[in-house]
Amino acid sequence: MEGQLNSRYVELNMGPQHPSTHGVLRLKLLLDGETVKNVEPVIGYLHRNAEKICELDYYCDSLIYFDRMDYVAAMNMEVGYLEAAEKLLAIEPPERVKWIRVIMAELNRLASHLVWAGAFGLDLGMITPFFYFFEEREKILNLFTEICGSRQETNYMSIGGVYQDFNDKIIFKIKQFLKQFPKKMEGAYSLFIKNDIFLSRTKGIGILEPEVALSYGVTGPMLRASGVPYDVRKDAPYLVYDKLNFDIPISKGKDVLARCIVRFEEMRQSVKILNQALDKIPDGPYFNPKAKKSLMIRLRGEGDVYARTESPKGEFGVHLVGDGTVKPYRLHVRSPAFKNLSVLPFLSRDVLIADMVAISGSIDLVFGEVDR
Amino acid sequence: MKTGDAGFITTTLENALEWGRSNSIWPFTFGLACCAIEMMATQASRLDISRFGSEVFRNSPRQSDLMIVSGTVTKKMAPRLKRLYDEMPYPKYVIAMGVCVIQGGPYNQGYSVVMGVDRVVPVDVYVPGCPPTPEALTHGIMLLQDKIRKREGK
Repeated sequence: MEGQLNSRYVELNMGPQHPSTHGVLRLKLLLDGETVKNVEPVIGYLHRNAEKICELDYYCDSLIYFDRMDYVAAMNMEVGYLEAAEKLLAIEPPERVKWIRVIMAELNRLASHLVWAGAFGLDLGMITPFFYFFEEREKILNLFTEICGSRQETNYMSIGGVYQDFNDKIIFKIKQFLKQFPKKMEGAYSLFIKNDIFLSRTKGIGILEPEVALSYGVTGPMLRASGVPYDVRKDAPYLVYDKLNFDIPISKGKDVLARCIVRFEEMRQSVKILNQALDKIPDGPYFNPKAKKSLMIRLRGEGDVYARTESPKGEFGVHLVGDGTVKPYRLHVRSPAFKNLSVLPFLSRDVLIADMVAISGSIDLVFGEVDR
Repeated sequence: MKTGDAGFITTTLENALEWGRSNSIWPFTFGLACCAIEMMATQASRLDISRFGSEVFRNSPRQSDLMIVSGTVTKKMAPRLKRLYDEMPYPKYVIAMGVCVIQGGPYNQGYSVVMGVDRVVPVDVYVPGCPPTPEALTHGIMLLQDKIRKREGK
């Protein structure tokens, strides 16, 4: 097209400042009228070199950077990192700690999906659900404040244990929260699922075939919405997920609506897991004495480990290489949101710009994790 | 302001303008990173900032008065941030939310992070925290209101 006037296609930039790109995603759209012909996501606007900084720090210090990777699901990130770090440093957490971690991770999964649901509603022009979902999220964050002293970036877990033990009051409060949560959630969910405008904007939009999803490395609710029952919590259980009874929600819909339904179903399953875990939580120490505070910075690791966990976005993998010193030699993160974003150009070929927003919203992007 | 006995108020035009401006600060929807979620929480149910006249989050810089820089500013994002700031009409204010925005925060040993947004745009109020709680951001907005009314912040 050099030197030639091409008036058929128009290039449009969406972002990096755009209310519907969930942070700092820039999309280069090639438009034919209102139809999107091609999309090129441009990332890197939030590249904070977290992986590199982790290599300069002690093993126990890296946790704060993991909190800030997927910043709406800090606990899940911590669990992901500690799975790898504890394997490398050969420190086994006590039994009670595993249950505490499951409880915190599932609470944060609820919080993460609630943020997603609120933001997705905003993308589609629905403001009311946002307030309902954030009200529930505030309750979860209040619990976090009480347990770990921080709202969002909690830094609660540590190698071989957690920062503070649960007491009966906390368990009672979480149970109180779980009693009223399903009713509130279903109420807000009905604002989505009983709304004709919402249904017409999500049904049949952004079809993702399971073969395509697998070849792009898509995981998490996006993959399960395409009908593939893959969940790390079931397929390669970590912590105590093998002792808990829950289902993996899948949907055959493959579209944006299916992803929404799967995420809400996951929230119901999380409530189920939490109720079981709160009843079964055993007594015992809340940290491994091999990793108490004074010994923490002297931990040395050698070898090469990869651990995967299920974050709210998908399979979160941490690859950790130790060279026998107190700092990791290499740390690499397999970020689910980054892999899920890579399928966006495929999903949004020949759709309208308005649908483009719905599709990118349904991926559940968090840029701390995509750019790291 | 002085209240007259006859039921009317006398004030200067300047005072009236400041009063109006300070009670209708429209922020700019400009989420960068973690702090943006807390900014959303400030806007949402429990910490409703519409009590302070700031509920109208505008999506265009041309309609907004206040830029809450919420999240780490990277070297790739800084030119865009400057451009968005330039597009805002006067009078315009900036709140630096979170330690990343103030001086680089936990990422200040990295290579890609701007060590403080005040190297790019002038800042009116700094709100420290990682991330600051919604209460802290609300306090920052109230400090900005005091600043607009030319009162000493308490």
